[in-house]
Amino acid sequence: MKYSKLLPAIFITALLPIAAIAAGDEARWNKVLKPEFFAQQTLEESDNVIELEAPMRAEDPSLVPIKVSSKIKQSPDRYIKKIMVLVDNNPYPYVGEFEFTPKSGKADIAMRIRVNTNSYIRAIAQMNDGTSTMTKKFVKASGGCSAPVGANLDEAMTRLGKIKFRMEGDVKVGEPNSVQLMISHPNVTGMQMDQVTRFVKKSHFVKQINVSFNGKPILTAKTDIAISSDPNFRFYFVPEKAGELKAEVIDTSCETPTDRSVCTGGNTYTETFKIQP
Amino acid sequence: MKVLLLPVLFMASVQALAATALPVKEVADGVYLHVGKHQFPDSKNHGEIANLGFIVGQKCVAVIDSGGNPEQGLALKQAVSDSTPTPICYVINTHVHPDHIYGNSAFKAAEVKFVGHYKLAAAMAARGPYYRDKAAGQLGVTLTAADLIPPDIEVKDSLKLDLGGRSLTLKAHATAHTDNDLSVYDEKTNTLWLGDLLFTEHLPTLDGSLKGWLAEIDKLEQQSFRYVIPGHGELVTDWPQSMQAQKHYLTLLLTEIRAAIKKGRHLEDAVKTVGYSEKNNWVLFDDYHRKNVTTAFAELEWED
Repeated sequence: MKYSKLLPAIFITALLPIAAIAAGDEARWNKVLKPEFFAQQTLEESDNVIELEAPMRAEDPSLVPIKVSSKIKQSPDRYIKKIMVLVDNNPYPYVGEFEFTPKSGKADIAMRIRVNTNSYIRAIAQMNDGTSTMTKKFVKASGGCSAPVGANLDEAMTRLGKIKFRMEGDVKVGEPNSVQLMISHPNVTGMQMDQVTRFVKKSHFVKQINVSFNGKPILTAKTDIAISSDPNFRFYFVPEKAGELKAEVIDTSCETPTDRSVCTGGNTYTETFKIQP
Repeated sequence: MKVLLLPVLFMASVQALAATALPVKEVADGVYLHVGKHQFPDSKNHGEIANLGFIVGQKCVAVIDSGGNPEQGLALKQAVSDSTPTPICYVINTHVHPDHIYGNSAFKAAEVKFVGHYKLAAAMAARGPYYRDKAAGQLGVTLTAADLIPPDIEVKDSLKLDLGGRSLTLKAHATAHTDNDLSVYDEKTNTLWLGDLLFTEHLPTLDGSLKGWLAEIDKLEQQSFRYVIPGHGELVTDWPQSMQAQKHYLTLLLTEIRAAIKKGRHLEDAVKTVGYSEKNNWVLFDDYHRKNVTTAFAELEWED
């Protein structure tokens, strides 16, 4: 079948403007996101404070691994206080905010996110002195058959609230140690097409994560629907002695996927993990 | 000038009215198959890549997978009416992927029932907005909500469809290639239409559960069929022999990803190291392999 020959030329032309968002397109950032999140703030753009790793292509739009690495050591005098992550062209660009302390040792954060279409991913670090630095990477959407919803949400739902810590290697006292936090949660976006189906599914996602070691905060995060199902984070903490890691995870459900004004408080899930150097 | 243009316009409009029939082959008595090309769906092929076809009974035709866009659906519909005067009663969707369901709207009619896995409607709703957005940019196809047609008849476990002197058994599988895989068994010719539960030549794509898919394969392997029709690849006449390559690939993913997780490797590393010994055995390996590793890794890290 010669589909293309049947298409009127005007129809093909009409499709072109929305066909691809190219690298260099920062319209949504400049017009919407920067005014919304960083109005009247100076953002230095550089890789001097943090660096962002992301794949060139989002192989699986439901699960794109990204990593923010810090270039400076967390010390009581000078430390990264907060890292915000945004995906310019997602339906809800706000991915989350991750707050660190000097006890974090190293303000690195790795996570898995949903990337709907060709887009810049941005990480903005705010220092304890209030100055901010931004870095960004352009990621191309993958196409193909997968969608940014997750392959097996029912499975994630059956494990809902299960939390695992995984230490990466042996525990080193007084040094930054890397730990992985895995949360079983479908992180439902609520972006479904209601007219196609008989049911309406609201968003249902992890909104807050508090991780502490021996009662002192290491990582405090606000997260949203762009976090992949079964949220997965890697970060650092500095154990001075044996003790207990504790994660507190709170979810929520909102009426619409892109508005946070009508949400209901959800459940709190907790998990602890013994650290024995 | 006007005189010269008119016949051209006339011919163009005739061509637009009567869709060109999709090439199909009768692979078994009353079983018609169109074999798709092994290509990544793009704006050149407009998503026309999957195997499609239909089975003809005395009273009814059942279409199995409708095409990668509404235009291809029309071409398949034309192929049905070129092959038989028997009317279409059912359009069966083997799963939610665009190359199998985007032709649905071409068949929409009062007397046609759409049939799918009981989780198909939910999958269509969840993926619909995204698929629709992508169709324009990536496939060069315009889709509306009306093009995504959920099933009128949902299969929870299994269901028999009577085509008149011919009975089809539809089976809803547990999560495997996707969470909404449906297979169609034609008793008359001992043919199993497996959809994307089977890939040959084209790299299998995982969008459900690796362990679930391997479990379904184990069950299917115990059974014997005269013909098996994959979602991508040629007609299989030596079941289960032609399925071994897929089984090997999926088993290798399982083994190597489990080993990587045990060693404390991260997903980002696994996509660069796991399964590359299979690279030369498949078409479209570079397009889908890393996505497969990603999906499988996210599943397997919750095992213990």
